[in-house]
Amino acid sequence: MGIKRRVFLIGGTALIGGGLFAVSWSERAATRRAAKLVAMDKAGVFQTWIRIAEDDTVTIFSPHVDIGQGSLTGLAQMAADELDADWSKVVLESAPVNVAFANAPLAKGFGGELLPFSIPPFLQGITGSTFAMIARNIPLQVTGGSSTVRATGQTGMRVAGAAARIALIATAAKRLGVPEGELTTVNSKVIHAKSGRSLRYGELAADAAEMTLVAEPKLKEAGDYRFIGKPIPRLDIPPKVDGSARYGMDVQLPDLRVATIMAAPVRGGKLDSVDAAPAMAIKGVEKVVKLDNAVAVIATGYWQALTGLRALSPKFSDGGHGALSSASIAAAQAAKMETDKPDNKSGHGDVPAALAASGLKLVEAKYAVPFIHHAMMEPFALTAHFKDGKLQLWGGVQDPLHSRKAAAEAAEISTDHVTFHPMIMGGAFGRRLPGFCEIIGQVVQIAKQTPYPVKLIWSREEEVQHGTYRPQASAHLKAALDKDGRIAGWTTDYAQSQDATRETRFVYDIPAFALRHYQFATNQHDGAWRSVNSNQNGFYSESFMDELAYAAGEDPYEFRRKHLRPGSRHLAVLDDVAKRSGWGTPLSTGRGRGIAMVESFNTIVAHVIEASVGNDGRPHAHKVWSSVDCGRVVNPDGGAAQIMGGIIMALSSCVDESITLDKGAVLQSNFHDYPLLKLAEAPDVDVHFLESDASMGGLGEPGVPPTAPALANAIFAATGKRIRQLPFRGQAKG
Amino acid sequence: MAIDLQVNGKSFSIEADPDTPLLWVIREELRLTGTKFGCGIGACGACSVHVDGEITRSCRIPVGSVAGKSVTTIEGIAAPNGTLHPVQQAWIDAQVPQCGYCQSGQIMAAVALIKKTGRPSPAHVDEAMTNICRCGTYPRIRMAILAATGQAAAARADS
Repeated sequence: MGIKRRVFLIGGTALIGGGLFAVSWSERAATRRAAKLVAMDKAGVFQTWIRIAEDDTVTIFSPHVDIGQGSLTGLAQMAADELDADWSKVVLESAPVNVAFANAPLAKGFGGELLPFSIPPFLQGITGSTFAMIARNIPLQVTGGSSTVRATGQTGMRVAGAAARIALIATAAKRLGVPEGELTTVNSKVIHAKSGRSLRYGELAADAAEMTLVAEPKLKEAGDYRFIGKPIPRLDIPPKVDGSARYGMDVQLPDLRVATIMAAPVRGGKLDSVDAAPAMAIKGVEKVVKLDNAVAVIATGYWQALTGLRALSPKFSDGGHGALSSASIAAAQAAKMETDKPDNKSGHGDVPAALAASGLKLVEAKYAVPFIHHAMMEPFALTAHFKDGKLQLWGGVQDPLHSRKAAAEAAEISTDHVTFHPMIMGGAFGRRLPGFCEIIGQVVQIAKQTPYPVKLIWSREEEVQHGTYRPQASAHLKAALDKDGRIAGWTTDYAQSQDATRETRFVYDIPAFALRHYQFATNQHDGAWRSVNSNQNGFYSESFMDELAYAAGEDPYEFRRKHLRPGSRHLAVLDDVAKRSGWGTPLSTGRGRGIAMVESFNTIVAHVIEASVGNDGRPHAHKVWSSVDCGRVVNPDGGAAQIMGGIIMALSSCVDESITLDKGAVLQSNFHDYPLLKLAEAPDVDVHFLESDASMGGLGEPGVPPTAPALANAIFAATGKRIRQLPFRGQAKG
Repeated sequence: MAIDLQVNGKSFSIEADPDTPLLWVIREELRLTGTKFGCGIGACGACSVHVDGEITRSCRIPVGSVAGKSVTTIEGIAAPNGTLHPVQQAWIDAQVPQCGYCQSGQIMAAVALIKKTGRPSPAHVDEAMTNICRCGTYPRIRMAILAATGQAAAARADS
């Protein structure tokens, strides 16, 4: 302390397809642009911050949160590359957009308790107001849709890094009295080779910050990248191996209380009555809180709260859903597809005509998938504290800004009086997206009942039984093969709550295709489970593609090849995975290979899985080869980890996982009856990227969808049994 | 009642109901939050610690039963000078963690396994490493354990 640390901030707010906010915008201009932003897709808005300190430390502020995906390091790589920064002095921090940004100048947020520095006066009004306009109206910090690197990185981080570099060069040129063209940059230094002089970024930063940034700087060509494309170790990993990383679950505050909760077992039900006395008799229990559809217990610690909650015998209604079961849902979905008209459809060509032509071989199959649970390892934990009419929250959500707004609405106070402190997350996979975090409303109501900060922890049982699951869904696929074994037409009918029409790309080149959605809602709040609807749709399409290959009497790989355009990226990915996996070479007895390819989140992924089936009928994946084209890869090691993780999570879900409803309530309650794949069953995974100049795709989710069909196809190859219903479990038993 | 226990080499006297799971004493009384709550039924292993050197799921063991015993948590395995335990270093080298929430428990399980077996075979690893990881880091966990025990060549061949 005692040393005044001067720093330099560069702000840029970029939007896809809409240009860039320059830092020097007047408030009126910012207002106009922000108004436009509000009308845009929320995922299209991002902000980027770079700070350079006198000691050359470069801090990259990520607008995204760490859910375990590692993409924040990728963002830092992109900004640092364009900046020509010294990587050893690059630091990554989450942008503290939670603090007062929405209603106060930037200085108030940045200059507050969170960051130990002040910012140049010229930035305060301008950038603060831009932030304010955006933050008031739309969620800005969403992490999801495999979007961090391809969107924020490409349009925000790289641009900010490049613009900052230009300002640093201009400042150095003035100081050295030389033309800018004679200057180069490397490792956070501006160098004048002719005179052998150089200036550190830290020496230039304060003056450079006074300059107006270039809005559309020229970005590096791929050949000039120094950090992009390199397997740089993740910056977030060291604190995750020594126990020092702090998750939402780990919040510690003076006088902290802990609450836990039980919601109506049947979603849609209400709390009818509860006698608080048995809980109040437990040492450490301070209060029983009745909510509309739940009961919670506040205590001095989690164990005390849980013991109190378990002592209660609350009476809940079933909301009229008491007759609902997984079996009744499946039957109703199947019936709806036979009798009703589709609610949404897409595709191309005249499918009815194509299927009605003479001389065709018709093939059809029905598939079904259950509800599945995210099972993030860190159960929901959110801390809230009401004090002097203001509300503070601490925890991990995929969109802190939206959550702040949701908390304000639940508390019936102005958003300006709510502060959200984002924490890293022990997994999310879509569970913590805006609109799915009912814990926000719960903790706000509970916090109103105590003067102390209170951390609401969901037990694992609560977590399993009140998820926002991947929806239970049914599908009926039909196709016709012509005399040459080519697909003449194809229809996928599917029944579920969500319309996936725009989400699922059909990759094969056939004359006629129709995707038809039959809207079917249950009492569940269906959610976004890693890869969302591409998951089940990939299972249907790529299982059925295999069925068609066998119906045509062809090898599943060769059959797919025939339906892909020569020279296409899809064909290259498919060929690559077939070659690497030794497709067509002999296998040991009892083993089979399955192949599948799905494009999702703008990334093409093909897997080959080598599997066998045990005596109990459960499939065992021995090895997975994956070929991936996501355009350019920013961090191949982190990217491979995401594909690998997606494959293993998908294997777990398709082999064993199922949430089943009976009498409207979830039957499963913890990992004993909702088992996840363990290390002994995890296959080796070999990931290969085929880089291209195509627009960048995501990596967090696209590894998931081809997994279940590749395994189903491998089971068929090994046993001759076609499994059309997930999970596989022991269905392939001889 | 007061319960005496040793955690990471330090002595503590804790006022707690002896039925309270060790996990919650570690997290809420001692404020060592590196040990995680995952399931509460001993199924996931996020809460793994060592009790007198034995791998133990702390959410299922009452604090009363560890009175007088020595408990080691993730915060206690690095050398006194701060040098990471070789298993922790192997975890960084292999870039194992993703969300990281289960990794304290995974590391504690791996340290116990290596202590017991010296150079665990892949079969040992499969048998002993039963902690759940939702992010799917298992192949890298396997690789890191083999690398930490001087079996890096085997680890690479396996990947």
